[in-house]
Amino acid sequence: MPERQKLHCEESEIIVGCAGNGQKLPQVFAPPEIPDISRIDMSVDLAGVTLKNPVVVASGTFGFGREYSRFFDLSELGGICCKGLTLHRREGNPPPRIAETPMGILNSVGLQNPGVDAFIAHELPFLRQHDVKVIANISGNSPEEYGIMCEKLSAAGADMIEVNISCPNVKAGGLAYGTRPDLAAEVTKLAKSHATVPVMVKLSPNVTDITEIAKAVADAGADALSLINTLRGMRIDVYTRRPILKMNTGGLSGPAVLPVAVRMVWEVASAVKLPILGMGGVSTGGDAAQLMLAGASAVAVGTALFADPYAPLKVRDGLSEIATTQGMNTVRELTSSVKPW
Amino acid sequence: MPIQQICTVVEMTRLDASTWWMVLEVGKMVEQHALRGGQFLHIKCGDNQLLRRPISVAITQWDDPEDLATLIFEVRGEGTRWLSQRRTGDKLDVLGPLGNSFNVPGIEEDFAEIKERHYLLVGGGIGVPPLIMYGWSMPWPHTAVLGFRTKDKAFPAVVGRFQEACEETYLCTDDGTLGRRGFVDAQVREILTKDKTFTDILACGPKPMLKSVAKVATEFGVSCQVSMEERMGCGVGACLVCATPMKDGTMKHVCKDGPVFDAEEVDWDA
Repeated sequence: MPERQKLHCEESEIIVGCAGNGQKLPQVFAPPEIPDISRIDMSVDLAGVTLKNPVVVASGTFGFGREYSRFFDLSELGGICCKGLTLHRREGNPPPRIAETPMGILNSVGLQNPGVDAFIAHELPFLRQHDVKVIANISGNSPEEYGIMCEKLSAAGADMIEVNISCPNVKAGGLAYGTRPDLAAEVTKLAKSHATVPVMVKLSPNVTDITEIAKAVADAGADALSLINTLRGMRIDVYTRRPILKMNTGGLSGPAVLPVAVRMVWEVASAVKLPILGMGGVSTGGDAAQLMLAGASAVAVGTALFADPYAPLKVRDGLSEIATTQGMNTVRELTSSVKPW
Repeated sequence: MPIQQICTVVEMTRLDASTWWMVLEVGKMVEQHALRGGQFLHIKCGDNQLLRRPISVAITQWDDPEDLATLIFEVRGEGTRWLSQRRTGDKLDVLGPLGNSFNVPGIEEDFAEIKERHYLLVGGGIGVPPLIMYGWSMPWPHTAVLGFRTKDKAFPAVVGRFQEACEETYLCTDDGTLGRRGFVDAQVREILTKDKTFTDILACGPKPMLKSVAKVATEFGVSCQVSMEERMGCGVGACLVCATPMKDGTMKHVCKDGPVFDAEEVDWDA
């Protein structure tokens, strides 16, 4: 019998085998050699928070960083949007929680998380060991809960707070706040009044006019916007006649939603002045560039991670290649430079 | 520590219409990353499937220039269909080793501990192959109970491995075409009634089977480890989709906390 070894590394072992910081990615997966992409300034500003590059990982796809830190150094990323937190621990929805769809996935995780206090005690210190901006994502059952969490996370040293008013997988709060401008504004105000770090509000695409919500949130004092959250969807097994997801419906993400995200970022960027973290189906540098051209200052990579743990680094390198070959000095020049007909 | 590895298919054998025996060159994943039977490899199945497919590892061996891993899988959907169409020499994009494996004391490190143990391996259908290594790796013979839908599903290439390594191998089929007619839990009950020396059950198979085996284990006071399945996303513990409910009301995740769980902690009624 082979000698048993520890399969999950402890904190002290994290660096072993990571691909970041000058170590090469596995050869076969390394992006093609291109001339001097290191010359370009990749840093971006998101509501006063400087990200060393525009690539962030999306909330809910990256846990609290521990798992993917076994593949690459987290300091390679611009930022990490942490798994959505609630005031108290949540176990989430019953399985199955995932269904594959054409170029996408549906999920119904339901905000499983250890609660904001456990995050501050056990996860934040680990993230803080890396040179990366930590964006805490929060969901509340009431506006007051958003306030309490903002206070705790600001004090604990999160760099930014992403207010989730748009989770499609929870009954109370969540999506309800994200589909009504008055409620979205109320939550934003409360979050702002309790946070001492920038507050970014994550918008739902499951609305008729996303600019209406964006304007309400901007007027209420949000520092930035992130969009889009997942689109509600459903998949049915035609033989059992049962939905694949135990919750029947879930949130659609992956390449299938990219065009929706690009369109919504463009609409929101035209309607409000706030910086935007664009997300939805990004798996290449080109996808990320589209969101930036449409108006995003930074982009988040999510579902692409599941197929390729190195996806965020490839998106980053692809983005710098696109900007470099177009003669830009900074990647920021991409933002809002779409030339609409 | 999981790695991403390009693996070459070195053997592809069709066991029946829907079941394949695939051997991969996995770099030094066995020697350096301790890939073991019962763990899984997360395999990218072509460009049309967004998600990787978790496939259990049946056999691992150190080899040169690359270690080998044998996967025995059934075609269940588009991803596994793509996988079944691979041929010798094809390359696969693999993440692994992932998940835990059955907790069996190592011979070298804990001989005193393993000497006290008498294992009963219980497998059902496509859950049989991940147990192969556990039949072989024991310092002395143990016993296996293997269940299949019908005789044709009890592949000699798989069953033979147990018959060579175990002191006894009991076979059961749902339709009675081979061995005892009925489910494995009845056979397990009979064995445990007669022989009180068994201390541990290692079980892998469909959830209803695991549930009934776990019930028998509890009745006889025998420790029981079960290998579970759930629809999976990232495979590394980040996305939290492959949740399986525990008795204490919490959720654990098949990819990171499992696939092997202590039967006592699983909520079988969820």
